[in-house]
Amino acid sequence: MSAPGDAMTPARSLRLVTLAFGALLMVTPFLYMLSTSFKGQQYVLKLPPQFIPDPATLSNYERILVRGDFGHYFANSLIVAVISTALAVLLSAMMAYGFARYRFPGRELMFRMLLIGLMIPAMMLIVPQFVLAKFFGVLDSLPGLIIFYVAGNLALNTFLLRGFFEALPGELDQAMQIDGASHWRRFWNLALPLSRPALATATIFTFLATWDEFAWALTIITTPENQTLPIAIALLQGPKGTQWGLVFAASIIAILPVIAVFLTFQRHFVQGLTAGSVKG
Amino acid sequence: MKLWRTYLPPALFIAPGFLLFLVCIVYPMLQAVQMSFFDWKIVAGATSTFLGLDNYVRAFNDPRFWLALSNSGIYMAFTVPPQIALGLGVALLLKDKSPAQPLFRVLYYLPVVTSWVVVSLLFKYLFADRGLINFALDDLLGATDKISWLADRWTALVAICALGVWKGIGWSMMIFLAALQGVPKELEEAAVIDGANRWQRFGAVTLPAIWPATIFVTIMLVIGGFNVFASVLVMTNGGPGGATEVLLTYMYRQAFEFLDFGYGSALAVLLTLIVFALSALQLKLFRNPEAAR
Repeated sequence: MSAPGDAMTPARSLRLVTLAFGALLMVTPFLYMLSTSFKGQQYVLKLPPQFIPDPATLSNYERILVRGDFGHYFANSLIVAVISTALAVLLSAMMAYGFARYRFPGRELMFRMLLIGLMIPAMMLIVPQFVLAKFFGVLDSLPGLIIFYVAGNLALNTFLLRGFFEALPGELDQAMQIDGASHWRRFWNLALPLSRPALATATIFTFLATWDEFAWALTIITTPENQTLPIAIALLQGPKGTQWGLVFAASIIAILPVIAVFLTFQRHFVQGLTAGSVKG
Repeated sequence: MKLWRTYLPPALFIAPGFLLFLVCIVYPMLQAVQMSFFDWKIVAGATSTFLGLDNYVRAFNDPRFWLALSNSGIYMAFTVPPQIALGLGVALLLKDKSPAQPLFRVLYYLPVVTSWVVVSLLFKYLFADRGLINFALDDLLGATDKISWLADRWTALVAICALGVWKGIGWSMMIFLAALQGVPKELEEAAVIDGANRWQRFGAVTLPAIWPATIFVTIMLVIGGFNVFASVLVMTNGGPGGATEVLLTYMYRQAFEFLDFGYGSALAVLLTLIVFALSALQLKLFRNPEAAR
């Protein structure tokens, strides 16, 4: 209510201090992780703990990036996340358009089925999905990850995009129809470009979900060369003592793309998160 | 011919995605129920025996299932209310536009976008015997005994719940922030003129306006609480001696460690029924906004 330039009232400064203290609690673990990633193994559990690593070393990063296979795991994660996201958003957008623009028998029933898919915990399906993946012969393969990541992200994205397509004005669509544009052209050249904010939201959420996915990859991936980052990082824990510096160097590398995506597309996060709550 | 022309376009738009959804989501959903009635054999050639409700009876008589269920319940009870209270608290402090607002929003939201594996390893490290938490308790608060956090059921659950709350505050904050934008300014001002104090204004104006968002947050957090998996697997792996096993880690172990797919499926079905029942119950309880006051 008061302009930023106003003098600090006691209430405002108390509020700021509280917020800053909370923010410190949220961020300290990250800073400590960053610090540990520059520590040698003999310093990671040293007491008192070092906040500024002394001596600081790049050896963890060197071992992860140069000598380790993390470049390969990073590439696996990137391939899987990018292909899954592109396919999931495209198929969801097509479904959402079909549900939003056309009337046909069974439409409500099919949409209800999607909503049930939205409520089912992903972990509930992991056993039968494993049997299915075995039947398809895609166990221990990147396609095995991609197929089920795409399928798992369809319901939420379709739900999100259908609402957006329904809100688009119908006149432009009719004008294009009179000009003889095909159904696909009206979808591709009109509906999609007009829906860029919603598509951005869907893309970001799907990308993050697939980039971070752990349980399914843990279940079907068995050979090291097919591992994605979350699996490779979790497996850095040894049975006898964990190389914490190594773990956190790898973690920093894994979360950098996420933080970059988040900082760039912040606005869309808010829209995506609230699409289901406030309007509904 | 005309029918064909009317229904072909939507069918072509919907079919690719919907077929994938049917094969990879709906069919497994039904198969999970089917498998739960069998002693399911994954090995090629072996025949699965029909057991009827035996897997469910077994769960009912399995003390480890009840332990896992109670751990899931404890996790829910100690992570959901703090996430709602702290998320709403931060949102209320942050709701007025200020130069610092975007920065705070990012800082509080950072844990939400970070992968569960990374933050679980991070908390395992923080709660290690010679970790930062013990150092802080020791040095700043003067506690003398080192706590082996992850070596005991209750202290390990404290660490797991702490992670759950820390990771989740930003999410509920974001939902509440958006909901607070929808609080009608005129009502707020009218309440001020009527001489309502801060708490009265919160109860009479703010709370009813953010009530739908509160329901949404609560239901999603309860579902999320029962879905806790990666943090337990990474931090304690259900240990020591299965004491911190939650429903999903127990189900996962039955299926993929003991290869008991039938029992694992029965546990998964039970979990789904619990989640659905809780969601339905909450919707019923929360339906009337007057009940909030």
